[in-house]
Amino acid sequence: MSAAAATALSASCASCHACGFLARVPQSHGARCPRCQEALHARKPKSLERTWALVIAAAICYVPANVFPVMTVTSLGKAQSDTILSGVIYLLHHGMWPLALVVFIASVFVPLMKLVILVFLMVSLHRRSRWRPLERTRLYRITEAIGRWSMVDIYVVTILVALVKLGNLATIEARPGAVFFGAVVVLTMVAAESFDPRLIWDRCEARTP
Amino acid sequence: MTPERWVGCPDCDLLNRLGEIPEGAAARCRRCGGLLRKRRPRSIERTLALVIGAAVLFAVANSFPFLSFDMKGQETQTTLITGVTDLWQQDKPELAGLVLLTIFLAPLLQIAILLYVLLPLNLNRVPWGMARAFRLLRRVEPWSMMEVFMIGILVAVVKLMDMAQIVAGPALWAFIMLFLLISGAVASLDPQAVWERVEERR
Repeated sequence: MSAAAATALSASCASCHACGFLARVPQSHGARCPRCQEALHARKPKSLERTWALVIAAAICYVPANVFPVMTVTSLGKAQSDTILSGVIYLLHHGMWPLALVVFIASVFVPLMKLVILVFLMVSLHRRSRWRPLERTRLYRITEAIGRWSMVDIYVVTILVALVKLGNLATIEARPGAVFFGAVVVLTMVAAESFDPRLIWDRCEARTP
Repeated sequence: MTPERWVGCPDCDLLNRLGEIPEGAAARCRRCGGLLRKRRPRSIERTLALVIGAAVLFAVANSFPFLSFDMKGQETQTTLITGVTDLWQQDKPELAGLVLLTIFLAPLLQIAILLYVLLPLNLNRVPWGMARAFRLLRRVEPWSMMEVFMIGILVAVVKLMDMAQIVAGPALWAFIMLFLLISGAVASLDPQAVWERVEERR
């Protein structure tokens, strides 16, 4: 980027996070949007600190989410536990490879990719990188858009648990892996929400010393 | 006619001048391509129509079982709420809460807020607490996951096909329609058009 671009911040304005209204920001704290009364911030408050905390928490939960079983099927006295990955393999063995692919992408690939992208973006901010701000912004938009699809496995477990409850004949029980998995989805969604992509562009505008 | 107006890009903060946007077109940031505004034809009326439909379907979808499972003559049926209470009874309140939030409470709030704001606005009145309701809507929207639930149903049915016979309940069709109407309502809503209508009334 060449000379500093005219941003809302450089014009001492802020766009409201809730309604998009461009408002003049006084120096004092606690300013509110004149149109919708949302608290005004030029940048999301403590964006990097919050995002780091949530990403670290999500990374910790990611391990038990994949190692522990998400559910146990008990049929005629035989119990079989399924992890996220063994659920994908089950679909593959039954020739349902398009669905296996969907579940693999939604449950294994997407959460991991979100964590990797967010860590990459935050490291680039700490290093004050000016490298390809446009592409980094696109990466952020992808992260924000795809996160919700990881919830598929939570719904599958819910439906199976609700349907298969025939006493000795067959029952399905939700296991702790599903709880950790839900935590990963929620934590990464909140992490993506607390990251502020405008920081990427701020770094590019900072004058070289 | 929309007056010309400056906006800050939500993704990169660049100031962009928004002029008249043709109906159905979108304005994007000239630096990063971030979406500034998507203008929808008759946004308020269309969204309202879709939301009224969604409200009816929401009631139907949650009143009847959406799947039933038949194994060796024994049958179980499930509604969304029994699914949530089963998880609760299996000592998984976190999961029960998450499912309740994402496919019951969030869509319900989404529908209720849109009705509360758009119905009076369509009659040229600004409802009390409109700004607060609209701010809440923006918070709730990311947690409403009907479309993901549809894929969840599909995967669950495939997994159970070997074990027993799965029969679609009446609520399944309501859920599919509900998902289509909510997606349509979100797509046809232009929040800036709503704010403009509010400002005209003040």
